[in-house]
Amino acid sequence: MAKVLMKGNEALAAAAIQAGCKYFFGYPITPQSELPEFMARELPKIGGMFVQAESEVAAINMIYGAAGTGARVLTSSSSPGLALKQEGITYIAGAELPCVIINISRGGPGLGGIQPSQADYFMSTRGGGNGDYRHPVYAPATLQEAVDLTMEAFNVADYYRTPVIVQGDGMIGQMMEPVEFNEPKKRDLPVKDWATTGTEGKRKPNIINSLFLDPQALEDHNWKLDRKYKEIEENETLHEMYKMDDAEIVFVSYGTTSRIVKNVVDTLREEGVKAGLIRPITLWPFPNKAFTEIPENAKAILTVEMSTGQMIDDVKIANEGRLPVHFYGRTGGMIPTPDDIIAKAKEILGGAK
Amino acid sequence: MLNDKRVRIIIGHYGSGKTEFAVNYALNLAKEGKKVALADLDVVNPYFRSREKHNLLRDNDVKVESSYVEGSGTDLPAISAGILGPIQDESYNFVMDVGGDSAGARTLGRYHNHLSETDYDMFCVVNANRSQTQTVEGVTHHIRSIEKTSRIKVTGLINNTHMLRHTTVDDVLRGQKLCMEVSKALNLPIKYVSAIESVAKDLPKDLEGQIMPVKMIMREDWM
Repeated sequence: MAKVLMKGNEALAAAAIQAGCKYFFGYPITPQSELPEFMARELPKIGGMFVQAESEVAAINMIYGAAGTGARVLTSSSSPGLALKQEGITYIAGAELPCVIINISRGGPGLGGIQPSQADYFMSTRGGGNGDYRHPVYAPATLQEAVDLTMEAFNVADYYRTPVIVQGDGMIGQMMEPVEFNEPKKRDLPVKDWATTGTEGKRKPNIINSLFLDPQALEDHNWKLDRKYKEIEENETLHEMYKMDDAEIVFVSYGTTSRIVKNVVDTLREEGVKAGLIRPITLWPFPNKAFTEIPENAKAILTVEMSTGQMIDDVKIANEGRLPVHFYGRTGGMIPTPDDIIAKAKEILGGAK
Repeated sequence: MLNDKRVRIIIGHYGSGKTEFAVNYALNLAKEGKKVALADLDVVNPYFRSREKHNLLRDNDVKVESSYVEGSGTDLPAISAGILGPIQDESYNFVMDVGGDSAGARTLGRYHNHLSETDYDMFCVVNANRSQTQTVEGVTHHIRSIEKTSRIKVTGLINNTHMLRHTTVDDVLRGQKLCMEVSKALNLPIKYVSAIESVAKDLPKDLEGQIMPVKMIMREDWM
């Protein structure tokens, strides 16, 4: 299939439709509004449905209901909107329903700003909602990867019966890049025999619920979810190693920032500095194993984010105290420049004047 | 080159490259020693608007008007009263960068009385690699809907068919074919064929419209 030039938000929406999503519920917010706009235009053409809800809270609960019927459903928003959706997300996780949620994140806290940011790492990986739950978080760095991961996200959601987040900063939503749509790898997806599609008097009604008043039953449910999350950690963790074979300075960054860092790695190598990058593609599960493959000669880790340092905790956990962990970040919608990152790396390596 | 009407309005679907074209065009005008102003009327796109390059434009003697709210971090549908100045002040060569689709062109409607009293061109930037402007029908619909909300007429086409840094001569020629069909259907001339410098130098010289090499100013090096 020939590549087409798309804006990130359109590409994400088109990928969802390619993956069989027929229902979208959401509420507009910059910088992701082209996504619901695309769905409003395209879903009716394929017999689907677009609903602009009265709020993000309403939208995520419409997702809860529609996911209960077994349909492939999507909602999207940006940071403050995602904060509003957290209650619904924990209900969906508790009720074990599949859905995909796209977060094109912007500066915070509060209303923040409309420029790109990666300050939703805590909210997305630690669970903004209550209870013992997790959900996969994909962090694409290119629009092609955003398309591929969105299509994969629907399969993963169905396979594990879990909400899945695709998280890109505002740049991913707003930038233009050529993309193509390829089938994701085949999975044997379980039959949705839990869906509330009408009994026709032939079976007991399916009940979708996250309320367990018997503590033992709730504990059993929590451990069942925990086993599922361990399985996801085992099978679904994704990362990229870039020029890591002999790296002395190990960058860790994801999403848009990782593209800047790749340029930094190349520039440093041209200057004779052995630099490499570990790029988490799933933020949860975090690619802990990648850190065991850091070469012996490595001297330090430098985490680069568009936040004041939210991924750094996971980096420290994965590093297990082996190397010093440094941080460079810009926030509020400011984007790190290659020169500033290079200066920080040289300072760490003792090369700065 | 650049001998168009004093006020040049640049429209085009997002992704067409209209902002890149408008900024390059304004800088070229300034290089010729003309008194130039550029207006950013984009209230549709929150990122990659020409106002992000204000400093570069100002350093090159291009006066910039956009939102009356300073800074790139706003998505308010608010444009500066100062935009009327260069429309009425005939000492200016004026480039108006109008954002997005017909919704974006609504900002232009406010000026239609003033524009009809002066010399203007309105150029539609076409990228045949964008899904909604790949056919004569798609481009025609785009032009007609913008004319309807802006209440002024398109006077020329710009073939800016691109795939960012991956653009090939074939991309431009495919876009040229589409623009020629649109040109015939709507009786509009192709005024410019714009492409990144590495592609522009290899284009055939006999294309309708002047070849205008563009620098990618809006896209950061790391993208």
